[in-house]
Amino acid sequence: MTKEVLLIEDNPGDVRLTREAFRDVGMLVHLHVANDGVDAMAFLKREGAHADAPRPDFILLDLNLPKMDGREVLARIKKDESLKTIPTVILTTSAAESDVANSYQLQANCYLTKPVQLDEFEALVKNISDFWLRKVKLPQQPQG
Amino acid sequence: MNINKAAMPLQILLVEDSPGDVRLTQEAFREAGTRIDLHVAVDGVAAMSFLRRQGDHGQAPRPDFILLDLNLPKMDGREVLAHIKEDTSLKTIPTIILTTSEAEGDILKSYQLQANCYLNKPVQFDAFETVVRTINDFWLTMAKLPPRANGG
Repeated sequence: MTKEVLLIEDNPGDVRLTREAFRDVGMLVHLHVANDGVDAMAFLKREGAHADAPRPDFILLDLNLPKMDGREVLARIKKDESLKTIPTVILTTSAAESDVANSYQLQANCYLTKPVQLDEFEALVKNISDFWLRKVKLPQQPQG
Repeated sequence: MNINKAAMPLQILLVEDSPGDVRLTQEAFREAGTRIDLHVAVDGVAAMSFLRRQGDHGQAPRPDFILLDLNLPKMDGREVLAHIKEDTSLKTIPTIILTTSEAEGDILKSYQLQANCYLNKPVQFDAFETVVRTINDFWLTMAKLPPRANGG
């Protein structure tokens, strides 16, 4: 079954690497990209141009984003009764302990730091997709 | 002299009532080679006493990571999960559900209660070992766990 993944990331290079790494894992993944926090929330709430957006099975969220930052996006997802069940994994260059602690406080499902090396980044995305999309039991959404 | 907390092995709390599964989990972690201290609570009440350092658990360390079965004696895993995630201090500890239940209702409910992830416990020995290995590789090696707070 095709998995709907929402990647919230403003760096085009990271978007491209993530897309390629997901393609290489040999699973049917629809990767949707939101380039800032406001766009991400519009996608999740199916507002504006996103009226027909699918509900993501899984969210990869960067912390440092334009317009609305990832911490705020995370807080909004986890405060929303309907959205809070979507596993939301932080993928960021920040290794600051305060960001790690704050993300878990906001109930991020997991926190990962982006490696700078290209091959390591690719390996990490493969591990994420293998673990979260293949091994983990994701919640089935009742409707829509 | 202060104990260097960073050098302390990862503290894992396994909440599991089946002695066979406890043993398999211990062995699989040992094989994986990560330095951990595995603490075991055999029911939900014991798990909460451990986490709250009550009774015999006055000296219990704060776990870095929790593996939680859903079907437990005395207090079941769903209630343990709810208690953990309602507690401002405990809620940051990654709590992974590892259970034989594949019921959609259990999966959804666990995510509603903010379980960090949900994994099925395979019945087969080999597959069980693989799952523990996967948990080790992903959560204990790749993921950033919350920092250890002072006095935590």
